[in-house]
Amino acid sequence: MKRELIHLENIAKSFGNLLVLDEIDLSIYESEFITLLGPSGCGKTTMLRIIGGFEMPDTGRVLFDGKDITRLPPNRRPINTVFQKYSLFSHMNVEENISFGPKIAGKSADYIRDKVKYALKLVNLEGYEKHDVTRLSGGQQQRIAIARAVVNEPKVLLLDEPLSALDLKLRRNMRRELVGINKETGITFIFVTHDQEEALSMSDRVVVMNQGYIQQVGTPENVYNEPENAFVADFIGDSNIIDGVMVRDKIVRIFGREYPCVDTGFPAECPVDVQIRPEDIKLAAPREGAFNGVVTRVVFWGMSYDINVEADGFEWLIQSTTGRTVGEEVSLHVAPENIQIMSKPQSEDEEVAADV
Amino acid sequence: MFNTMTRNVLLTPFLIWAVLFIFVPLICIVWYGVTDYDGNFSLDNMSLIFERGYLAALKLSVELALISTVVCLILAYPLCLILTENRRDNTTIISLLFILPLWMNSLLSTMAWQTILESNGIINQLMRLLDLPTFNMINTQGAIVVGMVYNFLPYMVLPLFISLSKIDKSILEAAQDLGANSWQTFFRVILPLTIPGAVSGITMVFIPALTTFVISALLGGGKLLLIGNIIEQEFTFQYDWHVGCALSVILMIFIVMNMLLTAAFDPLKEEGDG
Amino acid sequence: MRYIKKIYLATIFLFLYAPIGVLIAQSFNASRYRGHWTGVTLDWYTKLFNDERIADALSNTLSIGLLSAGIATILGLITCVAMKEFSRKWRATFMSITNVPILNADIVTGISLMLLFMGLGLKLGYVSILLAHIVFNVPYVILCIMPQLMTLDKSFYEAALDLGASPFKAFASVILPELRPSIFAGFLLAFTMSADDFIITHFTKGAGVDTLTTEIYAELKIGIHPEMYALSTLVFFCVLIFVILFAINRRKLKHIEEAI
Repeated sequence: MKRELIHLENIAKSFGNLLVLDEIDLSIYESEFITLLGPSGCGKTTMLRIIGGFEMPDTGRVLFDGKDITRLPPNRRPINTVFQKYSLFSHMNVEENISFGPKIAGKSADYIRDKVKYALKLVNLEGYEKHDVTRLSGGQQQRIAIARAVVNEPKVLLLDEPLSALDLKLRRNMRRELVGINKETGITFIFVTHDQEEALSMSDRVVVMNQGYIQQVGTPENVYNEPENAFVADFIGDSNIIDGVMVRDKIVRIFGREYPCVDTGFPAECPVDVQIRPEDIKLAAPREGAFNGVVTRVVFWGMSYDINVEADGFEWLIQSTTGRTVGEEVSLHVAPENIQIMSKPQSEDEEVAADV
Repeated sequence: MFNTMTRNVLLTPFLIWAVLFIFVPLICIVWYGVTDYDGNFSLDNMSLIFERGYLAALKLSVELALISTVVCLILAYPLCLILTENRRDNTTIISLLFILPLWMNSLLSTMAWQTILESNGIINQLMRLLDLPTFNMINTQGAIVVGMVYNFLPYMVLPLFISLSKIDKSILEAAQDLGANSWQTFFRVILPLTIPGAVSGITMVFIPALTTFVISALLGGGKLLLIGNIIEQEFTFQYDWHVGCALSVILMIFIVMNMLLTAAFDPLKEEGDG
Repeated sequence: MRYIKKIYLATIFLFLYAPIGVLIAQSFNASRYRGHWTGVTLDWYTKLFNDERIADALSNTLSIGLLSAGIATILGLITCVAMKEFSRKWRATFMSITNVPILNADIVTGISLMLLFMGLGLKLGYVSILLAHIVFNVPYVILCIMPQLMTLDKSFYEAALDLGASPFKAFASVILPELRPSIFAGFLLAFTMSADDFIITHFTKGAGVDTLTTEIYAELKIGIHPEMYALSTLVFFCVLIFVILFAINRRKLKHIEEAI
């Protein structure tokens, strides 16, 4: 295992009566690319600001390399931030923006010149030293903001939804470049986003958050394939989530019938949430599959079709590469390993989280 | 929004207005300034600035106006920084409290400074109560500066406040994030970004301070003459309009210089094209 | 650091409010001489309502303030709407023309207008003061309205046109309501500037016509009638009450917003 760099210990934070973070415990390792993912208002930005030193937690500690930095101001932390609105200094050119940090740190002019050059090369903007930052495009400003942070050789880089203002194509390129910078510099990246695609495609690990609580921490494959609760299942990708009851190990009852699955360890007759991904459902001729139903809606997306099928009074979502026609009778087939069983929320807080 | 025709028709009243009430009056004043009583061209009245102690009055005006401007600037920066720091809750109320004194008649409140500063005034009575030495401030240059600062401080605070509140909070966080402490953040980021606001404040304070005749009349005891007092007297006592206008034209040189300075830092230049 | 900030704010407020405190005290002072305290009286408040000179000056101040602010608001609004349609360069030129009366010294504006009125053969009096006040009020109105007009979303107006409204109707029903706050602010600022102006009024007024400020200036030499202090105190408290109501209202609105 890699070395632990940052440890958040039982952090809670409220603004007035509004609880934005609670019971946050998280380890962040050296050089990893970790993403805080969640809907707006889930507390992910507040968590980032606590790590950056812009907010003070009400309870709990922030440990950096084993040392308590909870009360250390941002200017004395070996951590730099790429802000959502880039926050470049409009009265300085590109070079002055990037050299702001090293100058404050009292580095020599030669050192700064080399470093600025290196940082600009890292973000593919060589030769832009004298450009006016206000005349750069959004994507270029974004790169300068990254260069301005990276040039200080921080141990950790915080990125607060840095791609949200860019257009789709640019965003795709920047994702690749950010991962490249992370691998080249070895700086730990803590990335905040509400875009699950971004989170899944870039991260080593994803922290899924909702309503101030961490819902699940894991690799992208892990949180997609084995969501721990209905919120994670629903938030990441599309899901069919059905109420079910565990009959015994490897048998679950859905809509009054028993089906084989692969999950074990639940008590007998325990109510559970059953998740089935739309792409894991195969359409078959009527009565060949497990559930019989009627196609109610078909939407063509280019690569695939979204097909809604009503069966047993439940509206199933199915993704398929072949189209169907509305009104057609079909049956659904799901392989046992594609049926994911999740325990129902236990505490009230989790309940709240699952409602969203 | 409208076609060219409508737009030009809508602008016409203002253009006529501006020619009649802005340009023609200024031409009148210059005309009077460079002619003599028979209407012949003459620079005699302009050259009067070098006689009768007028130059000393101009020099004193410039000095006091500069001092007042600097004092306003020094007072206004911390004030605006404090007012823009927490942009919630009671900032509106504090700002309103700051604007409220403007509704008191400025002649009367300047007069009140007489009551506060005079040798038997409120400050000296307090000093005597506390057994501290009294001092004489009324009818001095210091009293005039106090009056100027009192009257013109809002003109400095307003543009500074606006340009400070335009700075996104994340810009200051960025500076801090890159290692700057509060002082470094102020001198390297806040100060350069608020220069347009400060310049507009400086011109808004300097011009009225340079040209006032009321404050010096009320707090200078009629002994300290500023260039404004001399011009006013030419119109109300001497009835020598040509001399008055000639001195006004000299004042206008300062004003034009100020306008050029403002134009160079025009904050409206950053406005987006709608 | 927090204490230093509080002390700083308090010092500035003391500086701003000290003269106001003195004026309020003087309005209750039994002696008619400034800085000579002989006891508390309400005499000046009762006398205030029988003083014809003050009543005249007050009515002049109010009517000139309202009229000049009203006319300046209309002229300013029309000019803003027209200026919005010009290119940035032209707009900047027009804006610098409109700003001349603000950037110019009051004494120069006052004298130049006096020369103009005398040259035109206009008798100095009520009308000349009114015209002069409109001159310096227009730029304040434009400064208030223009920024909001520039940020206004054109699509509302275009939607109204699309739905069949005439340009004038669309303007009156869509743009005007949107601009209401800045129009109101411009009017209020113009009225305040007019009511507090002394220098320009001093040069453009004729004998026999006085506003409150010129009346006060005339009294300076012979000693201010304490009724003036009483009047200023009344005005100050009216504005204060207005401001408090405004603040409370705002707070309430905020609470309601938060509740939602």
